[in-house]
Amino acid sequence: MGTLWFCIVAVMLAVYVVLDGFDLGAGIVHLVVAHTDAERRMVLGSIGPVWDGNEVWLIAGGGTLYFAFPALYASSFSGFYLPLMIVLWLLTLRGVAVEFRNHTRGAIWAPFWDAVFALASLLLAVFFGAALGNVVRGVPLDAGGRFFEPLWTNFLPGPNAGVLDWYTILVGVAALAALTLHGALWVALKTDGEVTLRAQRLANRLVWIVAALTVAITAASFHVQPSLATHFSGNSWGAVFPALAILGLAGIVWFSWRGRERNTFLASCAYLLGMLTSAAFSLYPYVLPASTDPTFGLTVHNAMAPEYGLRIGLIWWLIGMTLATGYTVYAYRSFSGKVKAGAHGEGY
Amino acid sequence: MLENALTVDRLQFAFTVTFHYIFPQLTMGLALLILVMKSAALRTGDARWNRAARFWAKIFGISFALGVVTGIPMEFQFGTNWAEFSKTAGAVIGQTLAMEGVFSFFLESSFLGLFLFGEKRLGPRGHWFAAFAMFLGSWLSGYLIVATDAWMQHPVGYTIGPDGRMGLASFWALLLNRWALWQYAHTMLGATQTACFAVAAVGAFYLLSDRHRASAQLFVRTAVIVGVCAAMLQLWPTGDGQGRMVAQYQPASLAAMEGIFHSERGAPIAILGQPDVNNRSLDNPLFVPRMLSFLTYRSWSAEVRGLDSFNQEDWPDQIPLVYFSYHIMVGLGTIFIAIQLLAAWKLFRGKLYESRAMLWILLLAFPLPFIANMAGWITAETARQPWLIMGLMRTQQGVSQQVPAGDAWFTLLGFLGLDAVLAILFLYSLYSAIDRGPGDDGDDVLGAA
Repeated sequence: MGTLWFCIVAVMLAVYVVLDGFDLGAGIVHLVVAHTDAERRMVLGSIGPVWDGNEVWLIAGGGTLYFAFPALYASSFSGFYLPLMIVLWLLTLRGVAVEFRNHTRGAIWAPFWDAVFALASLLLAVFFGAALGNVVRGVPLDAGGRFFEPLWTNFLPGPNAGVLDWYTILVGVAALAALTLHGALWVALKTDGEVTLRAQRLANRLVWIVAALTVAITAASFHVQPSLATHFSGNSWGAVFPALAILGLAGIVWFSWRGRERNTFLASCAYLLGMLTSAAFSLYPYVLPASTDPTFGLTVHNAMAPEYGLRIGLIWWLIGMTLATGYTVYAYRSFSGKVKAGAHGEGY
Repeated sequence: MLENALTVDRLQFAFTVTFHYIFPQLTMGLALLILVMKSAALRTGDARWNRAARFWAKIFGISFALGVVTGIPMEFQFGTNWAEFSKTAGAVIGQTLAMEGVFSFFLESSFLGLFLFGEKRLGPRGHWFAAFAMFLGSWLSGYLIVATDAWMQHPVGYTIGPDGRMGLASFWALLLNRWALWQYAHTMLGATQTACFAVAAVGAFYLLSDRHRASAQLFVRTAVIVGVCAAMLQLWPTGDGQGRMVAQYQPASLAAMEGIFHSERGAPIAILGQPDVNNRSLDNPLFVPRMLSFLTYRSWSAEVRGLDSFNQEDWPDQIPLVYFSYHIMVGLGTIFIAIQLLAAWKLFRGKLYESRAMLWILLLAFPLPFIANMAGWITAETARQPWLIMGLMRTQQGVSQQVPAGDAWFTLLGFLGLDAVLAILFLYSLYSAIDRGPGDDGDDVLGAA
């Protein structure tokens, strides 16, 4: 039962990264690929109707994590106190920037909100990457399953590590590159004219940076957390996850060369899913490894909620997520196709 | 006190949740009124109803966005600041919290996008359905949060494992907690009143300044008809039912709310007065004799337990705050009934739109339901103290052990600053939306903003 919920939470968070990833990415690139106010409104129009629905995947994924693995939620949220609060503030600023851009009149406001939106999106991408880096590297858990990490110490991934060290920063930068690429591909798919061309040019260059960083973080992860390799060697079918990531990356290059915008974006989704599921697969059964003593680590078994609640949860989760998938697909279909300049520009 | 992480964690939760609740009470109430307007539009085919719904959906959209960004910190803080509570009780309250994400938030956010951006492509029936889905999503969300709080007020359907961690024993006991049913009805009527007073105030503002008369009359009429029902149901049966829950399951909380220090038969109810905790008395009281005994136990001579019949360590730790927030809530609730009855009488006589005095009252009253709702929640949460989960876990046991007070101060100050900015932006956007108005007959262009 713990393993099943581990898969459910991992998939929900991976879907969150794929969906909110493109609107974070669109936020990061929009200052570069859209120059005039009309162009920026077109980019914002492409994410306007869906971005808060995308963010719901984080809240629902977080809620599901809380319900299925309360001990993990308690330990990691209090241990990563400051970075999580900073993530909250960035999410707030980002939401406010999208919302109030339509409600504040006057020439100076739009560029101000655009800058807030871009900066908050960029920092969120880095923080999400660094968070994943922390989970892979492990944290200084004590025997009671508690820890507290400062933001940084000496930037070395040892037993005294902070949230930011060279490894987690590297993962953060890789996440930034991958989500920027993802966002550029989304913008290319949903807009037309100059903006599309600029986004495509940016994506064509970024894809090589993403490929290089993928190699770098893979090597660094095996160096920092040697136990990752053991799970792959014991279960060779797990190779499908990294294979998905590699195919996704190759697909981005292939489809963008052939000029297939939709498939290029889908290949980017496959890349992100492949990377995240590879990380989840290689960590299992750990959900939060300890850098102090391996036996202090939190696993799906010692962090999960009692059986009865999890069985009940499975029933409502299946019903609820079937409905939610229905609305999400319906909303995306209603807003499918290219955004025309000025079409949703006014917002509401 | 303030160098202690527990105090700072409590202050931070109290501040962020109080600020958060400005927005959901408005959106939950508006969701109902927008559904009423869309239903009237569908029945009558009158374009004014659609225009009214579109205008209030704009305000709903702004408030919803702020509700979301101020609400996510609530879910986070269970883990960041209240880790021991989450570790112990997360398997139980995680049910309702995760259900809120899975059932309500997807529904609300998908259909809000469709409602705001898709009126043309959905058609009248489709657009009505989007309004209905928004209503369902926000009211379901309200239930699941109230059920979470109700479990902390009156825990049911749980087991305690050998390691002290709780598990769920009965899903339906958790979901159909008696406390939750009364608390939900009372909370949602409060939210409905907030929205009714807001809609009536904007209507009154337009009528007094002689703008958008047709829309304004619609606003005032809808708000007063719904508002007068909500104001009365707030008192009876829901306020009364909620009060009897407190009397039955939290007698010490009731004593603090009413300012009763000594047990007595035929206890009076205090309308005014200031509790003096050190001397265990109520100063300058204005009493209605025997009333409390009657309201609580339906008998003029029943005995009501005072604080002296409980161990002092089980007393709520902020008795004056409990007492005043409760009295503010009840006092304002009574004033709302008076205002709404008077307005409904004038509406029935056909004199409301010309009565400038009544319109001024409706305009100036709009902040009061926000205060009453917050006072109600402060009563519920502070009267439960010193318990985090009534009778099972004290507040000091639930706090994160590893988070230093300095880190909590850093984030509390950050929230104060950020929320001040949000408040200014909210008021500014509200002002400009109201200033632009719902549009007049003639300029009924779809999506005109």
